[in-house]
Amino acid sequence: MYWLRRAWAELRNEVFVLPSRSLVIAWALALVALPVVYDDPYVMRILTMTCIFATFAASWDLLAGYTGQVNFGHALFFGAGAYTSALSSLKLGVSPWATIWAGTAVAGLFGVLSGYLCLRLRGSYLSLATLAFPLIALGILFAFPDFSGGELGVSGLRRLMPSATGNYYVAVISMLVVVFALWTLADSKFGIVLHAIRDDEVAARASGINTPRYKLGVFAVSAAAAGFAGALFAHYLRVAGPSTLEVALSFQVVIWGIFGGLATIYGPVAAVFILYPLTEWLGSFAAFGQLRLLVFAVIVLLVLLFMPRGLAPWLRDRIETQCPRCKQRNASWRRACRLCGAGLEAEVSRAQRLVGHQ
Amino acid sequence: MLQDILVTGLVNGGVYALLAVGFSLVFGVARIVNIAHTAFYMLAAYCFYALLTRLGLGFALAAPVSVVAVTLLALLCYRLVIEPVRSHEAAVLIATIALALVFQELMLLSFGGHYLGVPSTLEGGLRVLGVGIPYQRMLILAVAAATLAASWFLLYRTRLGLAIRATANDLEVANLMGMNVHRVAMATIAVSAALAAVAGVVVAPVFVVDPFMWLAPLVTMLAIVVLGGLGSLKGSVIGALVIGYVEAITVFALPAGAYLKGAVALAIMVAVLLARPEGLFGVAFEEER
Repeated sequence: MYWLRRAWAELRNEVFVLPSRSLVIAWALALVALPVVYDDPYVMRILTMTCIFATFAASWDLLAGYTGQVNFGHALFFGAGAYTSALSSLKLGVSPWATIWAGTAVAGLFGVLSGYLCLRLRGSYLSLATLAFPLIALGILFAFPDFSGGELGVSGLRRLMPSATGNYYVAVISMLVVVFALWTLADSKFGIVLHAIRDDEVAARASGINTPRYKLGVFAVSAAAAGFAGALFAHYLRVAGPSTLEVALSFQVVIWGIFGGLATIYGPVAAVFILYPLTEWLGSFAAFGQLRLLVFAVIVLLVLLFMPRGLAPWLRDRIETQCPRCKQRNASWRRACRLCGAGLEAEVSRAQRLVGHQ
Repeated sequence: MLQDILVTGLVNGGVYALLAVGFSLVFGVARIVNIAHTAFYMLAAYCFYALLTRLGLGFALAAPVSVVAVTLLALLCYRLVIEPVRSHEAAVLIATIALALVFQELMLLSFGGHYLGVPSTLEGGLRVLGVGIPYQRMLILAVAAATLAASWFLLYRTRLGLAIRATANDLEVANLMGMNVHRVAMATIAVSAALAAVAGVVVAPVFVVDPFMWLAPLVTMLAIVVLGGLGSLKGSVIGALVIGYVEAITVFALPAGAYLKGAVALAIMVAVLLARPEGLFGVAFEEER
């Protein structure tokens, strides 16, 4: 009873006071409740894929948004998870529930490996070098078609759950857990160090932070989350093919991440939840089938022209304001800060606002 | 086989050098990682194909017209899409990716996804040291060499080239010295797109033309640019030859080499970066201000 009261108080004081957090709670509840109300297999299928890709995009954001290691080859981890899980489940006959963790672990190892290779690189060099990693893996897979299945990939995998609704719940719950875990991690002391590394690595090192260790750590965590998504993807589609390692997927996750807003975790998730169903839905029209990717690219271009920092930060700035004194966020319709009581004057002249930010 | 390797490496290296130099220029002057760079190469190949087979223009007319058209298109894209988001590095990045996708889909819609062959512009071949070299490949080599020489002249012997190099070196100081940095950036974009377009036009008769032809050279080009050092023109040319030869050796000497050529080239890039993080001829950039 105490814990229930405590939870309710937390919810009321920490979640419902901010429109963005209420929105997230409503969205999570809606996802969980959806199959009870409406269990159309097509919608289930789209949303399952959306959840898997949302996990993938969130893991990219931890690496690229928070730490500034803009990885152009994130598909390597997705593919490593997918192929490891698929091969070990098919060749060794282990249950997919176990091989998913093997895929996660191997992807994490790949993360440490590519993080090690990238320790001395920065900026554009890092992006362009990481672009190469999944392609090297792809070349090796193609060179040994007996083992990897070549262009066709590894097919005939078992699903995690027999029913569509079961698979949907696996994807939704693992997405919620992984994304919440990544968000907590990014909000913790570890996350603050990551911000510091992105903003000024030399200064971070001068402050006594062992930056290589943190970079390896974040590569491992992010890669493991991406590998987990890849393993789920392989077992959901029942095939792990070369498409999980292609440049297109690496670029796709970059687009999701930047479109949603960097260094937010929830931004890329929101971007996937908007862009992926949108493209699938457009693709379902016969006339739009061929235009799908074109429409996708044009939407991304147009949105960026109006909100260059990404969707989620733009939206958050519309519905919330920052308290000028204690820097806490408040709903934009409040007159005074909910924590320190300082006035949230809406009519600050532009010049004053600029000065206030310094 | 040795002769095959020598010739193929040289020809591919020439094409890669054209692409890499253009990419390097834009990166140096405007700090734009232009993913759409090879999309212009693809567009030029399509434009050449359309002018040649659909409109029946001659080679001598179709080639320059496609180069000019693609250059103008690149300038237009820069003004409409890249310029408004210039201050947001991430937005510029995905704007170029989205542009490349738009071009790919437009070509897919208007020409279909199948491979298109452009008729040879030159028939026959030459035998040198016992290996037959088709004139077409000689033409690629000659055009690549001439274009590279022309861009060298432009960059190192003209006032515009001086301005481009100064801007690449330090944008703010160049601005303070009274250069119109904006116009220099436009000129650089034009030169870079023109180089990509030339590459697209010369390879069209040898390779097949399809909407996805921009992806493979994109990755190779990025590897070359990183290998040679971002923003370094000498590095780009030498990197292009290195990668061209490495690919040729892998294809001719290894079993399953056609699959591994990309992997080996990229592995060499990674190895170089491990030893020298700023590439062969790159200067370690100071923190951007």
